[in-house]
Amino acid sequence: MAAHEPSIEQVKSEKIYRQFGLTDAEYDRIVELIGRMPNYVETGIFSVLWSEHCSYKSSKPVLRRFPTDGPQVLQGPGENAGIVDIGDGQAVVFKIESHNHPTAIEPYQGAATGVGGIIRDIFTMGARPVALLNSLRFGPLDDKRNRYLFGHSVAGIGGYGNCIGIPTVGGEVVFDERYSQNPLVNAMCVGLIDQGQIAKGYASGVGNPVLVVGAKTGRDGIHGATFASAEDPHEKERSAVQVGDPFMEKLLMEACLELIATGKVVGIQDMGAAGLTSSSAEMASRAGSGLTMDVTKVPRREEGMTAYEIMLSESQERMLVVMQQGEEHIAFDIFEKWGLEATVIGNVTDDGMLRVLDDDGIAAEIPVTALVDEAPVLSRPSLRPGYLDELLPSPRAWQVEDYGQALHTLLSTPTIASKAWVYHQYDALVRTETFVPPGSDAAVVGVPGTKKALALVTDGNGRQVYLNPEQGGAMAVAEAARNLVVTGAKPLAVTDCLNYGNPEKLDVFYQFETSAQGISEACRVFETPVISGNVSLYNESRGVDIYPTPVIGMVGLLEDVAHITTSKWKAAENPLYLLGDLQKGIDGGLGGSEFLRAFAIDQALLYQLPEFDLAEEKQIQDACLLAIHKGFIAAAHDVSDGGLLVALAEMAIDGGLGANLTLTKWDLNEASLASLFFGEAPSRIVVEVHRDKEEAFLKWIRQTGTSHLRLGEVTRDAVLRVSSDDGVLLEASVDSLKNAWQGAIPAWMN
Amino acid sequence: MKTAVIQFPGSNCDEDAVKAVVATTGEAADLVWYTEEKLDDYDLVIVPGGFSYGDYLRAGAIARFSPVMKAVQDHARKGKYVLGICNGFQILTEAGLLPGALRHNESLMFQSMTLGLVVENAATKFTHHYDSGETIRIPIAHGEGNYFADEATLRSLEANDQIVFRYANGENPNGSVADIAGIINDKGNVLGMMPHPERAVSELLGSTDGKRLFTSILTSWRDAHGRA
Amino acid sequence: MEFQAKINVTLKDSVLDPQGKAVTHALHALHYESVSDVRIGKYMEVRLEAESAVKATELVHGMCEELLTNPVIEKYSFELVEVVS
Repeated sequence: MAAHEPSIEQVKSEKIYRQFGLTDAEYDRIVELIGRMPNYVETGIFSVLWSEHCSYKSSKPVLRRFPTDGPQVLQGPGENAGIVDIGDGQAVVFKIESHNHPTAIEPYQGAATGVGGIIRDIFTMGARPVALLNSLRFGPLDDKRNRYLFGHSVAGIGGYGNCIGIPTVGGEVVFDERYSQNPLVNAMCVGLIDQGQIAKGYASGVGNPVLVVGAKTGRDGIHGATFASAEDPHEKERSAVQVGDPFMEKLLMEACLELIATGKVVGIQDMGAAGLTSSSAEMASRAGSGLTMDVTKVPRREEGMTAYEIMLSESQERMLVVMQQGEEHIAFDIFEKWGLEATVIGNVTDDGMLRVLDDDGIAAEIPVTALVDEAPVLSRPSLRPGYLDELLPSPRAWQVEDYGQALHTLLSTPTIASKAWVYHQYDALVRTETFVPPGSDAAVVGVPGTKKALALVTDGNGRQVYLNPEQGGAMAVAEAARNLVVTGAKPLAVTDCLNYGNPEKLDVFYQFETSAQGISEACRVFETPVISGNVSLYNESRGVDIYPTPVIGMVGLLEDVAHITTSKWKAAENPLYLLGDLQKGIDGGLGGSEFLRAFAIDQALLYQLPEFDLAEEKQIQDACLLAIHKGFIAAAHDVSDGGLLVALAEMAIDGGLGANLTLTKWDLNEASLASLFFGEAPSRIVVEVHRDKEEAFLKWIRQTGTSHLRLGEVTRDAVLRVSSDDGVLLEASVDSLKNAWQGAIPAWMN
Repeated sequence: MKTAVIQFPGSNCDEDAVKAVVATTGEAADLVWYTEEKLDDYDLVIVPGGFSYGDYLRAGAIARFSPVMKAVQDHARKGKYVLGICNGFQILTEAGLLPGALRHNESLMFQSMTLGLVVENAATKFTHHYDSGETIRIPIAHGEGNYFADEATLRSLEANDQIVFRYANGENPNGSVADIAGIINDKGNVLGMMPHPERAVSELLGSTDGKRLFTSILTSWRDAHGRA
Repeated sequence: MEFQAKINVTLKDSVLDPQGKAVTHALHALHYESVSDVRIGKYMEVRLEAESAVKATELVHGMCEELLTNPVIEKYSFELVEVVS
């Protein structure tokens, strides 16, 4: 035992385990499981593995309900990342993960190490990372602290991805009061792999050597996993900030991919949260084996580190590798070439024990099953929150003086405004496979050596989930799928990052389990199983929880890059159509919309969401995708934040063209115009049809029975003009719309 | 024509450069590890973009001491072609193969976008397939691309037509003096530029304006070697 | 003998310092209007062995000129202290 460490008796009598987040009942359970009282090191090991962050003890019962299977799934949840077949012996590997708590403390490093962590999850599987996306939430930009968090998070994301040379191709940024104290940074990484090269986190084969490779171990981030699960911001601050080194990770990535390609690796796992402790326990658990490790052999950056500190360090850019016995030299050679360390620290055993040795002998000895399989699972109580039953019907009517002015205002709302200020800080083109860069509905990256491409997106609307957890969860999946479809891709699978408040609150847990239910239903309908993901709870401070914010990362496949479709208008005189039911759009009203948030913030949370029908949504998406594949479509864009006019304006701005839209068929009264223009009813897509193919398009779309409406035509004249029988309702120059849209975020940040 | 693309620890546009050379010229290109001491077999050496040695200390400062850089110096001294792109440009200035230095962008932000470049000198071995004064669209992606040279150096760059590319009017993304985006040495065989021509070689990538840089080099080499 | 060199690297006075400019503006915004200029540089601590202080000084000048600064835009100064263990 290291000097100054509490004794076994002190751990119990002084209840030291409580400082690590273990409850009295959990401590008693540990004593029961190992048949004795745990020492300080063992208590630390249990506390991190049984933390919410590592054990998913609150969320596990809910996550079990997700559909995770499908003919395309090669690896579902439970590994470092999920894997999906894309044909020709190739596969796509992807996962999304949160780094919310570290970002709240130190936004640059918090966001950067979030990116670093998710990249490791991908190359650990043997895959070459090819793209990054980020889903971000911050408080409003009129607050200095929010601007600081936003600016530094973006810089940190760019700093890491740019240096390591993986393009950041997409994502989303949303601003709302609810995220003021609790920013969300969810990072997604996508990789490509030949199916024969897949590596997994298994520590199998008695006697096989266990290696620590990559960076040296320091005292950073000890108990990060435990404190990530704590709500008190002062608690969070106690976890030391980890500092990322993307240069080191670039070398580590190249070395690991080279090593895996030799075929001599038995298992490999990233040392993420809870470092050596969780990586070793999880690798042994998957293989049903044991591990003996001598921590004095772990290369250290600081002097005098104890077994406790080495086991719990969260130093970045490290991996745990099990090699075939006698093949260690291959690892030594490859890592030396890349200027990195690879050190044997122990070996695989068959006794099922995680055994930690230091200078004084055995520092810890715990059955792996006790750490992993016996980790507590909580069935948390939930209760439907009262506010859900007090919501009023979504309003159709709203007094708007000037629709053009209202559109300008909406376009300059930071959530809707151009995110160029953000993505201009990200290298989106490195690897020269980015065929649709950031700023469209979904990003597209090519699959080298083929005609295929991947479409990538993240989506989530916390306010909608708050207003209707089940429907909101389903709508997030639907919107992600819709964004892929309008790009020309068939949705394949989902990774989800589930960000919620304090799960000990009954209403928060209700939001969590109910929205997960909605996600599950939608994933079944779209045949997009959940193959990986992450849960982030306790996103609350000073008693205020974030909106329930499930973020859906979705990957789709384009069989041919010729199908790539973007949202910008291509040519004057092309007709514009709305796919989806316009009347339903009107009837859906303004509930849950950005319009209400912008013009009546005190009413933003008073109304029900517009109706949503999964079967109808699927039918419209299928029709849109087929129309693209048949070559009818010049541009397509989904109607989401801000509603129909914002969608049209974005298409106009991007293409530098205008449009003449005429709404004559409807009995449009003044009262319902706001709802038509700014309501956010789902299941609607605006398409620009090649004018020489309009007849064929119409004939075909009627056959499919898809609701559709001709809105008007694209014009060379860069003016967006909407008229009804009564005259012009709105006329705005595309330049002035563009200025409002592009200028908003730079105006706050520069 | 044989091309070497140097790979430093932290290079990340190395493979893109190989792909672009092969796609635009149909000629071979090899990745060459930074410990290599000889480049005799090669006609064109590309020092690619990325973050060699993490860009720690200063962009390019550590890479210039790599073993391969002696060979690059020799290669340049012999009059053979050297092209430095982005981090490669930074390395070439640190190594003294090109004058001036590259500072942090004036905005202090990394900047990544496709923008207009004016071809100021279309009479070089690297640019003769462009028209003089032509504006081309090429992506940039850098945090330290703010070119600096003292007055005397600038005057001599201007006088000798060594400024090859300037950012188009109003599009200077980093504060570079005289809007300089790329320069050539006085012998005309070493070109450094912050923008990435290897990222503008197909319609799918959004621009094909980078192609002619590589084809210019190929025809220059063929002319010099009497091959059609 | 073991020495520690405390090296300061800054941009030459003739070279614009964008970081310094940004910090100057930020200080003005925080009501430190009396600030007229900020120059931002790098500080490095180098430990080295040398026979004498003279030799150590020579070595530090060498490393500054060769690697630690780019003489086109940067200048340096340093302070040398003997490390007594």
